[in-house]
Amino acid sequence: MAINSDVLVIGGGLAAVTAAVSASREGADVRLVSHKASTLRQASGLIDALGYVPATEPAKPLRDGPPTAGRELDPDEWPDPEGPLADPFEGLDRLPESHPYRVVGGDALREGLTLFDDLAGDAYRGGHTDRNALVPTFGGAVKPTARYPAAAEAGLASDDRPMLVVGFRSLTEYDARAFAGRLEAAGVPFDVAGAEVEFAEAFRADAKITRLAKALDHDEAIDGVPAREALAKAVAPHLHDVVDEKGGVDRVERVGFPAFLGDDRGEEVRDELADRLGADVFEIPMGPPSLPGLRLEDQLFDALDAEGVRFETGNPVVGVESATDGRVETVAVDRKGRTAPYGADAFVLATGGLVGKGLDSDREGVREPVFDLHVDQPDDRYEWFVDDAFGDQPYARFGVRPDERCRPTDGDGAVQYENVFAAGGVVGGADAAREKSASGVSLATGLVAGRQAATEASQ
Amino acid sequence: MTRHTEDDDAGDSNETTEPSGGRADGDRGGCGCGGPAPGVPDAGRDEQPPVFLPDGGGVPEGDAAGDRAATDGGVESASAGTESATGGTDSAELDPDAYDPVDVFPGGDLDLREGADSCYKCTSCDTSCPVAEVDDEFPGPKFQGPEQWRLKRKDDHDIDESITSCSNCMRCDDACPSSVPLSQMHNEARGQFVERQMEKFSVKYVRNRILANYRTSASLASMFPRTASFAMNFGPARWAMEKVMGIPKERDFPEFATETFREWWKARGGAQVENPDKRVAYFHGCYSNYNTPEVGKAMVRVYEHFGYEVMVPPQKCSGTPMFANGMLEDARRHAETNVENLVEAIGEGADVIASCTSCSMSLRQEYPELFDLHGIEDLAEHTFEALEYLRIHEDLEGELDAAGGLDDERAFAYHAPCHARNQGLSRQAVETFRDVDGVTMEDVGDSCSGISGTYGWKEEKYEKSMEIGAEMFDHMEDAEGEVGMTECPTCAMQMEHGTGYEIEHPLQLLEDALSA
Repeated sequence: MAINSDVLVIGGGLAAVTAAVSASREGADVRLVSHKASTLRQASGLIDALGYVPATEPAKPLRDGPPTAGRELDPDEWPDPEGPLADPFEGLDRLPESHPYRVVGGDALREGLTLFDDLAGDAYRGGHTDRNALVPTFGGAVKPTARYPAAAEAGLASDDRPMLVVGFRSLTEYDARAFAGRLEAAGVPFDVAGAEVEFAEAFRADAKITRLAKALDHDEAIDGVPAREALAKAVAPHLHDVVDEKGGVDRVERVGFPAFLGDDRGEEVRDELADRLGADVFEIPMGPPSLPGLRLEDQLFDALDAEGVRFETGNPVVGVESATDGRVETVAVDRKGRTAPYGADAFVLATGGLVGKGLDSDREGVREPVFDLHVDQPDDRYEWFVDDAFGDQPYARFGVRPDERCRPTDGDGAVQYENVFAAGGVVGGADAAREKSASGVSLATGLVAGRQAATEASQ
Repeated sequence: MTRHTEDDDAGDSNETTEPSGGRADGDRGGCGCGGPAPGVPDAGRDEQPPVFLPDGGGVPEGDAAGDRAATDGGVESASAGTESATGGTDSAELDPDAYDPVDVFPGGDLDLREGADSCYKCTSCDTSCPVAEVDDEFPGPKFQGPEQWRLKRKDDHDIDESITSCSNCMRCDDACPSSVPLSQMHNEARGQFVERQMEKFSVKYVRNRILANYRTSASLASMFPRTASFAMNFGPARWAMEKVMGIPKERDFPEFATETFREWWKARGGAQVENPDKRVAYFHGCYSNYNTPEVGKAMVRVYEHFGYEVMVPPQKCSGTPMFANGMLEDARRHAETNVENLVEAIGEGADVIASCTSCSMSLRQEYPELFDLHGIEDLAEHTFEALEYLRIHEDLEGELDAAGGLDDERAFAYHAPCHARNQGLSRQAVETFRDVDGVTMEDVGDSCSGISGTYGWKEEKYEKSMEIGAEMFDHMEDAEGEVGMTECPTCAMQMEHGTGYEIEHPLQLLEDALSA
């Protein structure tokens, strides 16, 4: 017999968790199934909503005729996106009509963010306003984002206090001085200096960020000195490194570290460092895998547990097992070679996009592998992309096309299954990387899909 | 039967392995879903060919069948003639010099390139690794897997010794978004290291060999269980073991049962339910047989409650501790016995049920990844964990509801073994018991217990093992329950060692809850 629930959510990221919680809060008995450990651990931990509105028309019209790949034939060109936006809600109307925000509406985004605030609690900031915050990230860029970890708070680019950014030689993908240089070049309203200090060198050259975090969590002795004290001592000589434009020396008021300041006891680690340095301490979100992402994963899965959602990871949903009258009854879960049926009254598909493998592609086409839902795409593979790498790439918007209840539709706009809903990266229409909208789309569509699935299940 | 490959390796492997990764494909038809892929790239682990081909040289053949343990009986009610024709030898007799590493790793048959190519270096595996989090000497799973695989393509490159620090918890498999067969790569590299580079008369090798072959020690000890339980934990003896063998004196050896599970099974006259339509073959593993027969008894009673005919075929070690120590040749020999007898039971309509999540992991995943034995894919597809199987095939929730809960309230601190996590089973005990009246079940979090089978039993790893376990110990102390619960015998040892709690298996609670 099938393993049953009212609502079955397929996926393990932000959209899946949002859908599961919102369905559960509508009174549904919810189960979440995720193939692998949550992809949240590869996310920056920042919750963006809408940072930019990219142009959908080229500056120089697209050519007719064969593609230019590999040839220097008159390539198309695209204008820069509009932004950074001060207020994400203000930009929604200028997105294409097929954008998920336009489909589910701005209120869904607002409610999704409110739900996130509730789940994240004190660990996140930004819920006091609709406006975007400007958070410096790993490469020295400043990202417009709706919510950010409390650990990143003292690093906001809108703050005018002088800043020191700390780096470590063994962290090869991150250079503190280059980071500081890029911030200054971007015209931030404060003085900033980067310094490379000796600390991570006590560990092996390719030590994992989890190793460094654990050492700080437990305040392990490093050459006889507790880790937090050792780190503070390494940074202290650089507290006067910042030179303002008149050549004057300021003592820095805030110090930024790559995001490995503890895992379970991050707040304690930051507080102690701040105390020892006499300056605010913040973390700079890093590329994957990132501790802010790992912490968010822990927090959201704890929240699932608290909400009474059943969840399991480790086995993929591989297809529809039975469906009648346009409704899916059971899906097949591959349990190490044998499939087991999982039944539900409604299903939420939140398996991610091309990177998350919620969409599969080859030279023939792009497919949605679980329900075999329609993925809107040009027949000619050469129309999947445009010449300008930073242009409006059609493939970036590939995905299932939902109606206003988040039910995927076929090529003619008809609902494919009455009781299947989609959320997050598997939903097409957004160019999340250029818009900085991935989290917001997950929250808005997750909220709607979860609620609608619960409604469907209760009928 | 054991297959011979010396005549034609290539042709032979086609007999049991479909040309293009048939393992996943074979099943898809069954779900009627028209073949959408499970969201993993073609190069992922589901598509890997079995790599550990029989060498044809070092494996003693049928003549060794005679030394099968005398307790391997008691399946009379299920079928006559389950005697194995192949059997295996008890590993204690193996001469480590008698097999040739070249035979063990035939050139070209071991191609993990596609798996290595699937790695895009996101490093998720490294951040999921409990050893890399505490051990500054350990470079992590990404190096041990795809990176080392590339390095050792050249014959002059040795396997890095740090491979022996991998505890084989397999959390990296669960973390990898690209289905790189990390644990398969680790198992293979470790096997190669042990075969080619490890000094066979070193204390470490001998110690690891003994730890890996727990079944051999346990079967000897259970002949004199009380004496063994005492002697193994006798102070001066433990001091000597640490000094001579590198087995940490802090650890208590598990007690040996005065009556093994198989002795009990035989004494009760085997199965008490006959049902040709509902049969299961119980893979009890070593620990439930020699140390905690109450788990095996609970399994039998619970399954008989649901009307299953339980079979207990002859069996040896699942191989888990052998994989973790790179003793692939030992593991393979035991696998021959297991595959043969369990496949026979499957032929009689049974599914295979394990009560230990590492045993089920081994039969389901490591067996087909490492060995090429007739029927091994069949076995993998028919193997389930005990609670998992009931949740799929029975109305467990309804039965538990009807039973009305426990008479006396009980609270548990549950730890999910890493190997349960990889089978999607990490929440099933919490979920099953959360709604049972009188039971409080708290999940103590997703950290590793740190013992990882034999890892924590090595003197040089003891401290690391306890550091890894610290988070779980803390969470157990915070939990309301004063009794621990887990499916894995060695996790149970670590939980008891770190907290002093008594540890139970979910099947024991299930038996209580059903009969209440």
